[in-house]
Amino acid sequence: MIDVLYFAWVRERIGVPKERVETEAPTVAALVEELRAREERYAMAFADLAAIRVAVDQELAGFDAPLAGAREVAFFPPMTGG
Amino acid sequence: MADIRVQAGPFDLGREMDRFEAAVSGAGAVVSFTGLVRDEGGRLEAMEIEHYPGMTERAVAAIAAEAERRWRLAGCLVVHRHGRLGPGERIMMVATAAPHRADAFAAAEFLMDYLKSRAPFWKKEHGASGKAWVAARDADEDALRRW
Repeated sequence: MIDVLYFAWVRERIGVPKERVETEAPTVAALVEELRAREERYAMAFADLAAIRVAVDQELAGFDAPLAGAREVAFFPPMTGG
Repeated sequence: MADIRVQAGPFDLGREMDRFEAAVSGAGAVVSFTGLVRDEGGRLEAMEIEHYPGMTERAVAAIAAEAERRWRLAGCLVVHRHGRLGPGERIMMVATAAPHRADAFAAAEFLMDYLKSRAPFWKKEHGASGKAWVAARDADEDALRRW
């Protein structure tokens, strides 16, 4: 089980800010593939991965990051702070 | 050493600066930057700022720690708001204190460049013609390369 969080337009497209996902996905990319296969709204949110950033356990990570032991994965657009 | 706050409510710039100056020792220079919501020629009604609670504080603390590693600082302060803000409202501020001004200026710019694209905040503009997420600019990413 892993907590998956979505922010900004990724959250709006998926329709929830957070959900618990039952997964054995070894990497972030594999998790994205599982989510994409679920429903159209996921496929739509993850249509262009170049537009999405990832954090694993609140640290920026790549799509190739391993998920072993991870508790939380977040997907969001490039940040616009300041 | 860094004082970091992520909050919904407004902050009093004068009081923040008074408190910051009083708290740092060994400083001969203090630099501050304040970011405001632009009114975009009257077209903007509100700016909504979303963030990632938990990661935001960690990311900002890591950026501040990196600034303290690179420059000789007596302290730094970051206050960043989230939620719905009106035109002209303060979004955020940074302040840096150092024995000499060059370090304070450089560290303040470094903090701003990194807060822009490495702290998990997202801005959404609400205007008369609708709502839109603010897109990250290539220039913001390029700005990190100079460090």
